[in-house]
Amino acid sequence: MCIVKVALMITCLGDIFRPEVGVATVRLLRRLGVQVEFPDGQTCCGQPFFNSGYPKLAQDVARHTIDVFERAAVDAVVVPSGSCAAMVKVEYPELFHEDAAWHKRATDLATRTHELSDFLVNVLGREDVGANYRGKVTYHYACHLRALGLKDEAVRLIRAIRGIEYVPLDGLEDCCGFGGSFAVRFPEISGAIVNDKAQAIMRTGADVVVTTDAGCLMNIAGRLHRLGSGVRAMHLVELLQT
Amino acid sequence: MTTYAQHEHTDFTGASLQALETPALQAALSRLGVTLAAGNRAAWGALPGSDELRERARQIKDETLARLDVLLVEVEQAVERAGGHVYWACNAADARELVLRIARERGVRMVVKSKSMTSEEIHLNPALEEAGIEVVETDFGEYIAQAAKHRPSHLVAPIIHMTVDQVAEILSSHLGQKLPPDAGTLAKAARVALREKFRTADMGITGANFVVAETGTICIISNEGNARLTCTTPPIHVAIAGIEKVIPKLADLPIFLKLLARAATGQKMSVYSSLITGARREGSRELAVGSSEKGDNDESPATLLPTAYSLLPELDGPKEFHLILLDNGRTEILGSSYRESLYCIRCGACLNACPVYRKVGGHAYGGVYAGPIGAVLTPLYDGLKDYPLLPHASSLCGACQTACPLKIAIPHMLVHLREDMHREPEHFEAENLIYGLWKLGLRSLRLYRIGTWLTTRLLGGRAGGWFKSLPGPFSGWTHARDFPAPAQRSFRDLWTELKNERQDGDS
Repeated sequence: MCIVKVALMITCLGDIFRPEVGVATVRLLRRLGVQVEFPDGQTCCGQPFFNSGYPKLAQDVARHTIDVFERAAVDAVVVPSGSCAAMVKVEYPELFHEDAAWHKRATDLATRTHELSDFLVNVLGREDVGANYRGKVTYHYACHLRALGLKDEAVRLIRAIRGIEYVPLDGLEDCCGFGGSFAVRFPEISGAIVNDKAQAIMRTGADVVVTTDAGCLMNIAGRLHRLGSGVRAMHLVELLQT
Repeated sequence: MTTYAQHEHTDFTGASLQALETPALQAALSRLGVTLAAGNRAAWGALPGSDELRERARQIKDETLARLDVLLVEVEQAVERAGGHVYWACNAADARELVLRIARERGVRMVVKSKSMTSEEIHLNPALEEAGIEVVETDFGEYIAQAAKHRPSHLVAPIIHMTVDQVAEILSSHLGQKLPPDAGTLAKAARVALREKFRTADMGITGANFVVAETGTICIISNEGNARLTCTTPPIHVAIAGIEKVIPKLADLPIFLKLLARAATGQKMSVYSSLITGARREGSRELAVGSSEKGDNDESPATLLPTAYSLLPELDGPKEFHLILLDNGRTEILGSSYRESLYCIRCGACLNACPVYRKVGGHAYGGVYAGPIGAVLTPLYDGLKDYPLLPHASSLCGACQTACPLKIAIPHMLVHLREDMHREPEHFEAENLIYGLWKLGLRSLRLYRIGTWLTTRLLGGRAGGWFKSLPGPFSGWTHARDFPAPAQRSFRDLWTELKNERQDGDS
């Protein structure tokens, strides 16, 4: 295997709200023979600033992130979040299109950065990661996977779990309505969209819904909990590390 | 209750709340995902090489815009050679005045119209009515919208917001006969009423889906045949087209026809594709076939046609053809970071794919153009100041760009508009401050650590893991959802132990 050492980009939401996702990522990668570092200086990728129309602030945060992960001197950076991965891979180079030196550094990091399912399937070449799970599972396609050009990587990983029953979700690729500041600015619209998502999830009869983004998880789990549904919302990696 | 449907407005929030509370509208909109949007996706899937086709269309648009000035002059010359007249309208008022002048000079009393978003953009109908001219919309949906005094709420399905019961009620009252809520019967009743209008109209007004520079041909797409009747039955035909509708050659047209039909309705081909070149020509006249390029570069079907065809007279159709080319802010967009918005062929695919449109419907957006592309176009055409919320009315999920036949980077343009808005000093000053302070917290590792530590220690695991209500600006979140309490220990904390765990790889 060429890639022996990776750095985990935990993401700000993951750090505070779902640290168990980070823990599962580290353990899974180690189980697959990958050495994992956690560069302690990391904070946030800057996506909230970029999406809200503050490219200068986003650049400032991006410079910090680029700097931190350059120092880590690893083969790849793995992110258990499609939206943060898309920020680094798609938007970082674009953010510095007028600054040749930073553009190069941004592009270097972008090339080495992978969303987790992308890393497992397309870099490590693993679909079966040795997981076992007895139960009925459905899956929500997080929108930023689209920006990364990822299609069914997560589904392939799920299907390879031993003992699992995978039930496809109606409107699999429909947004859950999170959208960061969108959910705060238009809570009623966002709430109506996530309600559709939660209803579709409950219709599958699954006991677990997995996805690949902390934002979607927070949103979907919040609605399911409000509805008193027993469906557990988990990050894909938590299922892979069972 | 119906004012948002009837009048343009700038109250996105109020209108969207009203939409969310209208069950019939919600039912209609929720079907979009499995009807038009699904048809659109299936049509791409069934078309071999669809991606190459879309890329080719983007390339044609890009090249067209790069020499739009030259191509527009070509349009003018070609239309005039074919016996038509061309007018230039800087803005909506100019365009309205041009139509009114043509109508007045010829004593027009009644106009039939086929569906045209450009005519909506210039608010043509009220102007004509004010001048004492009767206007009849002939697209079935637009006919109903006109009878109900509603604005169209979708680019290609203008009354998507209505139920069949509502339509029956509107048409019963409009036609003065009791009609049942049955789509076929309603369409027949409208058709009977419309035939008489087509027969007696003094002028037909259409938009143009495409304007071919080399031949001066306009192409109008429809599924009902009303566009063809509108532009052939009355003695005068006026077409209004945004200047971005130009394509260089007739050979480019099939590419766009393939894309438009699939993107709009999932059809392989729309039922009627009308190509109109000039007006009736009693005597023979040479057709305008890109005279400047004749000879060397002759791949276009028009130039391959037998010369005899190009000399044929045109014995029927309107006596006069007038083409109004509308700028209305487009040349300004041409040189800006919103240039790609001029690629739009008004197919509505982005509306069908958009989770927000599918909740709030077209009237919520306030302007003429709705949905994701409307959230870009309305602030660009009518001013960001009046529509500060539209660029934010998106979760940036990217479904619009995926559905768009031209792959227009709508999410990026929305983000750009958000950026532009911060330059308007009166807007969002508090927000600028919040984001500025937040950024400081992320640039200083010490502050970030303190923040994380405080959040997890003070709020970690509180309220049984779920907050039922949040304060201040976040209170909206908890109307529909619970909010997870932060973890008691952040990943950063956990890492101190995790980093020493044994590496027990299996490969």
